[in-house]
Amino acid sequence: MQELGKAELNSTRIIRQDDNRVVIEKDLDTEYMVLSMGPQHPSTHGVLRLECITDGEVVVEAEPYLGYLHRCFEKYCEKVDYPGIVPYTDRMDYLAGMNTEMAYCIAVEKLLDIEIPRRVEFIRVIVAELNRIASHLVAIGTYGIDLGAFTPFLFCFRDREHILNLLEWISGARMLYNYIWIGGLSYDVPADFKKRVAEFVTYFKPKTVELQKLLTENEIFVKRTRGIGLMPADVAINYGWSGPMLRGSGVDWDLRRNDPYSVYPELDFKVALPDPKFCEIGDCLARHVVRAIEMEESLKIIEQCLDRMPEVDGFNSRASIPKKIRPKAGEVYARAENPRGEVGFYIVSDGKSTKPLRCKARSSCFVNLSAMKDLSKGQLIPDLVAIIGSIDIVLGEVDR
Amino acid sequence: MSHAPSLNTWSDALAGFNLGWFPLGLVIVAAIPLVFIALYALTYGVYGERKISAFMQDRLGPMEVGPWGLLQTLADILKLLQKEDIVPTAADKFLFVIGPLVMFVGSFLAFVVLPFGPAFIGADLNVGLFYAIGIVALEVVGILASGWGSNNKWALYGAVRSVAQIVSYEIPASIALLCGAMMAGTLSMQQFCVAQSGPFGLLHWYLFSNPVAWLPFLIYFISSLAETNRAPFDIPEAESELVAGFFTEYTGMKFAMFFLAEYGSMFMVSGIISIVFLGGWASPLPNIGSFALNTMTSGPVWGTFWIIMKSFFFIFVQMWLRWTLPRLRVDQLMYLCWKVLTPFAFVAFVLTAVWEIYK
Repeated sequence: MQELGKAELNSTRIIRQDDNRVVIEKDLDTEYMVLSMGPQHPSTHGVLRLECITDGEVVVEAEPYLGYLHRCFEKYCEKVDYPGIVPYTDRMDYLAGMNTEMAYCIAVEKLLDIEIPRRVEFIRVIVAELNRIASHLVAIGTYGIDLGAFTPFLFCFRDREHILNLLEWISGARMLYNYIWIGGLSYDVPADFKKRVAEFVTYFKPKTVELQKLLTENEIFVKRTRGIGLMPADVAINYGWSGPMLRGSGVDWDLRRNDPYSVYPELDFKVALPDPKFCEIGDCLARHVVRAIEMEESLKIIEQCLDRMPEVDGFNSRASIPKKIRPKAGEVYARAENPRGEVGFYIVSDGKSTKPLRCKARSSCFVNLSAMKDLSKGQLIPDLVAIIGSIDIVLGEVDR
Repeated sequence: MSHAPSLNTWSDALAGFNLGWFPLGLVIVAAIPLVFIALYALTYGVYGERKISAFMQDRLGPMEVGPWGLLQTLADILKLLQKEDIVPTAADKFLFVIGPLVMFVGSFLAFVVLPFGPAFIGADLNVGLFYAIGIVALEVVGILASGWGSNNKWALYGAVRSVAQIVSYEIPASIALLCGAMMAGTLSMQQFCVAQSGPFGLLHWYLFSNPVAWLPFLIYFISSLAETNRAPFDIPEAESELVAGFFTEYTGMKFAMFFLAEYGSMFMVSGIISIVFLGGWASPLPNIGSFALNTMTSGPVWGTFWIIMKSFFFIFVQMWLRWTLPRLRVDQLMYLCWKVLTPFAFVAFVLTAVWEIYK
């Protein structure tokens, strides 16, 4: 035993058999390796860092580390007046700016208790649904990249370009819109808006089928995602999951229907749920499929909104905006269905200031990501990548 | 050497041409394949991949440097040459430097036995096919050396994956090629082409003349994708999982060497598959009565044209697959190798043997 070095001792196991024979087994123990995945890693979707303890390719434990993109959103809100917060909400979920703006504006409007013109509501829903499609296109495209398929990503971005052009046309910006204002909109939509959105809808419908053939029904894609990252419905609810993640686990929950806001109650759409024949409920494939179905449902919503949107001559989208936004003392929580789940704003007003006393944002990605540790246990590294991709995080919203 | 004496008279005569003491002819004959491959791999392989992927993805690809971006790759090479050559302080310097060289050499040594037309071949070894299979395995050493020497966890993962993958896939690949060797009754690359050339053009190719050749052909094609680390088997360098796999830490020309080796191997396996199953430099056109198309389109120059066209076709298919398919997982890759391809390779082997006895 003396000549055995210390390193060798660690990897040597001495087994004393019943008949007092000694069996020395060498080089048996494996060591865990700590693998720091991110913040500069191609598939952590931004600046997420995962500290993985790995046993070979198997992840024993993965701990997400956040905060690389923290910009003190909530503290800023206490220093900026109510309309000034809208651009900051854009920068939370930068892939779905319109949806986050809408959630924030709904919260403040609830606090102010003001009435919004119907035309404004329809325009809001149209841009929010357009943005939802754009956001899901990024989610699906980058998910393809995570699994090694590069082409679907560019197909998605090609289609997303049309949406960004539309949104740029109406708001002047491609990503950080500042379009939905408290009580109204920064501008009314341009004259040809309806026509061009309808053109986009007819253009995009066949593209969803193309995407389905190229990616969703691809044998290798299904092999890589089916049964991976399973999340039972009850655990998902306990984690506070929302959005496509929760629906992927088979929970029929959509805030647009379950806690309706804006004009959603008037619209006819289906809550996307995974098909148990095609995927296992709660796996990565189910979440992907939910996003794919949601894009088609969004198209339906947009079509209905285009039909019902009232045409008003000389419409002033700023007419309903209060001159001075100084809500009564009180607090409000309003939530909306974002592409990534429930985004809520909890706002406290002291009744004297034009700035909120407190503004707390409930981020969907942050909550969805909290299950990462549970999901990643015992997975292979490629599966870990598939799971991160299926959560569809936007670090701007996780860190705020 | 058992090649037909008439085959290489043209190049033999050229090889005997000396300029004073300098064996100019030999240099030309021996170097043309390698120079061509280097040029191809450096410029047009990369350019082709970028253009093909661009057209598949609704893009234009490189357009700025030269007409249709034709000089883009040259610009990239110039850029890579200027890059700082970084060796990480924690790296094993010897292994780190030797890795790309071994891989490059392993990939390019195989071209020695690849016939570029009836007249151009580095060395018509009588064990040419065996040599090609063997020398490509040298790449594994380079990959492992660079992955271990980088002292980077991602690189290590990539290296270990790659070794497991390449070593496993050599089994079905070799058995599939063995089927071809049984059909031709030789291991010499030139003899493969000779055996498959004839007046009826492509009907002499094993793929069309032999009904059991489809199975080894498909098995070899799939395995060759894995051997060259191409999608959907590009797990050693899976960029979304392992950053860049075994060449994560490499910069400048060392990185370019991995690139070159990859494109070299792509051309190599495409060459082998077209030689063993598609007649190599044999012309596909048949002689129809007095239209002696086959005779017209045979010969050293046409032969070079045909084998390059066939190889390009398979390179195109490789690129096509790469830009269409997602990537398999490590265990699925091994499953495919050991439980699907290897048993079927044995089946193909037995079928070929039966066919060769009773045809």
